[in-house]
Amino acid sequence: MGWIRNTFHKMGSPRWFFAGSRRWMIGLYLVGAALVLVGSTWGLGFVPPERYQGDSFRILFVHVPAVSLAQTIYVAIAVAGLVFLVWRMKMADMLIAAAAPVGLAVTAAALATGIVWGMPTWGKGWVWDARTVSTLLLLLLFFGLVALRQAIARPEPAARAVALLAVVGVVNIPVIKYSVEWFSTLHQPASITLGEQPAIAVVFLWPLGLNALGYYCFVAGAVIAALRVCILEREADARWVRDWLDRGVRGPLPKVREG
Amino acid sequence: MAEKLACTVGGRRLFRDLDLVVKAGDLVEIRGSNGSGKSTLLRCLAGLLEPQAGRVERRVDMDYLGHKLGVSARMTPLENVRWLVGLRGEKAAAAALDAALSRLGVGAARHDLCGTLSAGQQRRAALARLLVCQTELWLLDEPLTALDDAGSTLVRELVADHRADGGAVVCATHRALSSPAGGSASSSLPATRIVTLGP
Amino acid sequence: MSILLTQFRRDLLVAMRNRSDAASPLVFFALAVLLLGLGTGADALGESAPGTVWILALFANVLAMESVFRRDGEDGTLEQMLIHARPLFVAVLGKLAAHWVLSSLPVVLLSPLAAYLLHGSLVGIEVLALSLLLGTPTLTLIGAIGAALTVGTGQGGLLLSILVMPFYVPVLIFGASASTAAAGGETAFALLWLAALLAASATAAPFAVGKALAIGQDY
Repeated sequence: MGWIRNTFHKMGSPRWFFAGSRRWMIGLYLVGAALVLVGSTWGLGFVPPERYQGDSFRILFVHVPAVSLAQTIYVAIAVAGLVFLVWRMKMADMLIAAAAPVGLAVTAAALATGIVWGMPTWGKGWVWDARTVSTLLLLLLFFGLVALRQAIARPEPAARAVALLAVVGVVNIPVIKYSVEWFSTLHQPASITLGEQPAIAVVFLWPLGLNALGYYCFVAGAVIAALRVCILEREADARWVRDWLDRGVRGPLPKVREG
Repeated sequence: MAEKLACTVGGRRLFRDLDLVVKAGDLVEIRGSNGSGKSTLLRCLAGLLEPQAGRVERRVDMDYLGHKLGVSARMTPLENVRWLVGLRGEKAAAAALDAALSRLGVGAARHDLCGTLSAGQQRRAALARLLVCQTELWLLDEPLTALDDAGSTLVRELVADHRADGGAVVCATHRALSSPAGGSASSSLPATRIVTLGP
Repeated sequence: MSILLTQFRRDLLVAMRNRSDAASPLVFFALAVLLLGLGTGADALGESAPGTVWILALFANVLAMESVFRRDGEDGTLEQMLIHARPLFVAVLGKLAAHWVLSSLPVVLLSPLAAYLLHGSLVGIEVLALSLLLGTPTLTLIGAIGAALTVGTGQGGLLLSILVMPFYVPVLIFGASASTAAAGGETAFALLWLAALLAASATAAPFAVGKALAIGQDY
């Protein structure tokens, strides 16, 4: 069990993370880009058109990963918020600060692709459906996290306020989701039936899986990149940052000595 | 009864590795130029601010009088102290509240809205809660502001009495608070020490 | 309990010393009803009148929310509450109860009249009032978390609205559905949900508000 504790302890050190994360960032970017390239080429070029939607369904290879990512990022932020409130781990807050704008962008992408997909499929870009509404609300939640942090001058209380908001948000999400679903069953116009999605054919599943995995990797790389910038900003006064900058940004990474 | 704290606040790098132990009967005066972190330190001690490092350990009940008086302009001095006592879940006899307000010299104004009182009278009304709440530790931020000579003397008396009763006072001020009658020596945080611990 | 009452009475007292201040949510609500009637044409709302009243009540609530801690934060009585109230969440509950009585209860009482003016009928008006009675306290409890987080930022109500509006969604959905639904079964279901949300938020929100107020002292 010792190593778990050790890793957890080390994760709390911005310096340790900064030193070790560069390889991860580059690796995730490369793997993500490669997977997206393969998945998208496969999905756009080689999968047969869908029976009812023709070629317009192909946006699903972007839309579905974006929706799934948006939700994952919010849950990750809430977990980080809880960790920060309980253990006051600086890295947890920096993760929130780095991931919230990324989450905002991904959610916006999910909504935009959804609207584009909806136009030919449903005949209109927006329907008051449980999934559309909860994604829009997710966008607002992300926006709230970003806006609240910017509204507070000092970083320490901003960190605690945002963490609290994230935790309050995740507690409320099931209720919001449930109410929105209930709402859409009440108000569903008969002409548009989304219903359960039909079982996706296996030919679509492979490229979709590759794309999803690729987007996850790529976004993880982006979050790590944002996190590294965040570390440099917050720790600007720390000696190791100044040493590292003095050696030139391309110079060797700071060695982490124990203790 | 003792107060032990090791407190490091570096939000604006005001002070660092600052140790302060306050015991019964103590009067600690925090000195320093404007912006040196006197109020920040007091708010840390009161638990209103979270220090960036270090911790504050308080074993006794305390009262805090900051720049904001904590007196509602839309209530009378009497209503203000009564609210606070009620909030603490305590019962106070009306006579005790009146006596405290009278001692502070706002007995006659106890039924006037605080918004109509002068700055000095409002501060006296705020100081009355120190007598009413009877906590062991007082944290006072520039308590003599807006007070006349008689008021300043009164505060010094209150502090001396409180210490004689086994209470302790931590105070940020530019004017000495220890009165001749108060007796025991006052430790003071040298201003240079606070300021040089800045950035 | 006495701590709750102390804070409750104190806030009512402070509010009553400036009555026009205390009346503004109600006046806002009445004005909004007037503007809506003029904007949509009299009686044009028809079936959606109760839902519209719900939205107006929600806006009145969110606008009033901004001021719940503002004055206390400015004069330092909020600091004193944090220092002296024990336990803090009881005082917070008292404060929010007073705020609800001042800002939302008048709106609840006026809502049947508003629905009548916009709709021209009395059908379902008691359900509307009941759903507002169950729903608006939840709005106040949740909104107070946002108000506590933003009171020290000096930013106006727009930030607060953005923070809390997503959390208002379930209350609005159940409240508006309860008052618009013609079928009895759905009404009861939505009202039960409103009651459940109220119970949950009354239990949890005061702690979150206390925590948020403590954080807000650092800004």
